Amino acid sequence: MLSFLITFIPRAIVQSVPLLLGCVGETLNEKSGSLNLGIPGVMYVGGISGVIGAFLYEQSAGENFNAFLGILIPMLSCLVGALLMGLLFCFLTVTLRANQNVTGLAMTTFGVGIGNFFGGSIIKLTGSDVPSITLSITSKAFTTKLPFAASTGAFGKLLLDYSFLTYVAIAIALITAYVLRKTRLGLELRAVGENPATADAAGININRYKYYSICIGCMIAGLGGLYYVMDYASGVWSNDAFGDRGWLAIALVIFSVWRPNWAALESLLFGGLYILYLYIPTGTDFAVKELYKMLPYMATILMLIFISLKNKHENQPPEGLGLPYFREDR
Amino acid sequence: MDKNKKKEPLIHITKRKEISRSREWAIRLGSILIALIVCAIITTLTTHLNPLSVYASMWEGSFGSERKMWALSKELSILLMVSVALAPSFKMKFWNLGGEGQVLAGVLATSACMITLGGKIDNAPLILMSLVTALIAGAVWAFIPAFFRAKWNTNETLFTLMMNYVATQIVAYFIIRWESPKGSGKVGIINSNTEAGWLPYVAGKQYLLVVLVAIVVTILMYIYLKYSKQGYELSVVGESENTARYVGINVGKVIMRTLIVTGLVCGLTGFLLVAATDHTITTTLAGGRGFLGVMVAWLAHFNPIGMVLSGLLIVFMSRGASEISTAFGLNRSFGDIITGIILFFVIGSEFFINYKVHFRKSGKEAADA
Repeated sequence: MLSFLITFIPRAIVQSVPLLLGCVGETLNEKSGSLNLGIPGVMYVGGISGVIGAFLYEQSAGENFNAFLGILIPMLSCLVGALLMGLLFCFLTVTLRANQNVTGLAMTTFGVGIGNFFGGSIIKLTGSDVPSITLSITSKAFTTKLPFAASTGAFGKLLLDYSFLTYVAIAIALITAYVLRKTRLGLELRAVGENPATADAAGININRYKYYSICIGCMIAGLGGLYYVMDYASGVWSNDAFGDRGWLAIALVIFSVWRPNWAALESLLFGGLYILYLYIPTGTDFAVKELYKMLPYMATILMLIFISLKNKHENQPPEGLGLPYFREDR
Repeated sequence: MDKNKKKEPLIHITKRKEISRSREWAIRLGSILIALIVCAIITTLTTHLNPLSVYASMWEGSFGSERKMWALSKELSILLMVSVALAPSFKMKFWNLGGEGQVLAGVLATSACMITLGGKIDNAPLILMSLVTALIAGAVWAFIPAFFRAKWNTNETLFTLMMNYVATQIVAYFIIRWESPKGSGKVGIINSNTEAGWLPYVAGKQYLLVVLVAIVVTILMYIYLKYSKQGYELSVVGESENTARYVGINVGKVIMRTLIVTGLVCGLTGFLLVAATDHTITTTLAGGRGFLGVMVAWLAHFNPIGMVLSGLLIVFMSRGASEISTAFGLNRSFGDIITGIILFFVIGSEFFINYKVHFRKSGKEAADA
């Protein structure tokens, strides 16, 4: 059993990091009152922007590959890509007061399209002569681990043997949770999401809060895409491989009842549920494995029902979620 | 001058009281035009192709031949049915993002009937049975989130979204149960020898029946929403649940009833997808139409007749884009990018229809006024 856990938990954690980053990003969005259904698209754009940055750098650096730049460039391009998507969402839903659901769905179509288009044609577009996008050098830089971690037995394997982005993700989740719950900034942000009219009356600049939280949220979510390509997929971009993880991240927001610190633990559960079917001995019956794949979604539905049944105020979605705000509308 | 007077902001926005039809359409068409220009620029920048020839081949890809016209009509019909199905939910401000799952439920029910009963009973009862089970399956799948929303105010946007993936996995399960040939991981064409359960061709055209059904459903839904008592009730609930309660409408009942209507039409769409057009079952048979349908319905302000136009725009773009991707050796996803850009512009244009932007008058003008 112990040896099973030692192989299972690290794999679940690797699965859980993209979900966690997407979830924290979406939580920030939702706390400002924006149900951003474009997060799956944002994560794709974050991933592919990082890939493009890494690809261009690897091509130009050649032998002189610098690990530090090799991490910095993909990361910055990922953040810029995700930021642009965030600005697009803000501009349409906050400034132009468009419907959030429709804008978000359009952004997902667009973002997945961007990811698959550039993923499929970057080689052709840049005229290089490599057979496929395999950023093994960059990926190696990203997945550098503590040198002694693997030799420290079970403890080290479970806690220390991960790439730096894993710890960054957990840190981001904890910091976000702290800011949201313990600081004035977080209080005001939550006020914007709960009741923008009241917050406005209290002198809070609604649009600025929405812009900042949506853009920062999208950048965090974009990192999730980057982690997936560089860590999980070892630098190999394949179209549609990211799959429905973006939606799963949105599900995780609900499952963690809008608390990023809970999400840090629960993402592990989701990551575990996501790959559990690989470990359940069903013999040759592959069909049953498909049913196990629906566990994360079922868990989310049950959680949704549960929090609405309990009807505790602090567990509800932000009250202003999904509604555009126009001062003169009252 | 009053020194304490605060400076007037540069841009000032007010809500429009009303806008003429022609003005509204001018804004909308203008936004599509700008979007097409932006797409043309992006196309040229990324691919170095002449944008005019790209658009010409998109047109060719959609309307170029009789076969392509039929393919376009079929696509439009299916998308239109999903959009029409979602319209009553959205009009009630019930954010039903579960169209995908509701269609898949219909797909699954139809396939189940065709696979398990094909060859055992006559064709007519088989088709009837597929139809009825598909309708029920779609309705049940839509009813579940509606029930929880009506009883405990469970967030329907997220609930319906999750139901899509539950449906997808159930379909994935049955695909492996029914796979043929064994080990291929897919079902293939169902009853390809006997054509049991297949809908007959009308006037020798495979897709004519689908088109006719879509037209009838669209008109019926238009009447239902505009002239029936139920349609009126759901729009009152959409405007304000409190008002609805005050005038004695049973809000919970209306929510559940409306979602059953939505589910029935989604189930019917799933039935047509299996029995009339694709004759197979895959997890992606709904093809994102549950989400595209949301946008189509919203762009048309939930008016079923208007959805013919907004649906045509979307289908034209995606069919055209798949044509250019083969013609110019581009990745198929190029179409999604183009569709996305056009949607952004149309979504943004709604602002200029609903609101009026005033710029600060220059000092002299203000003094004159």
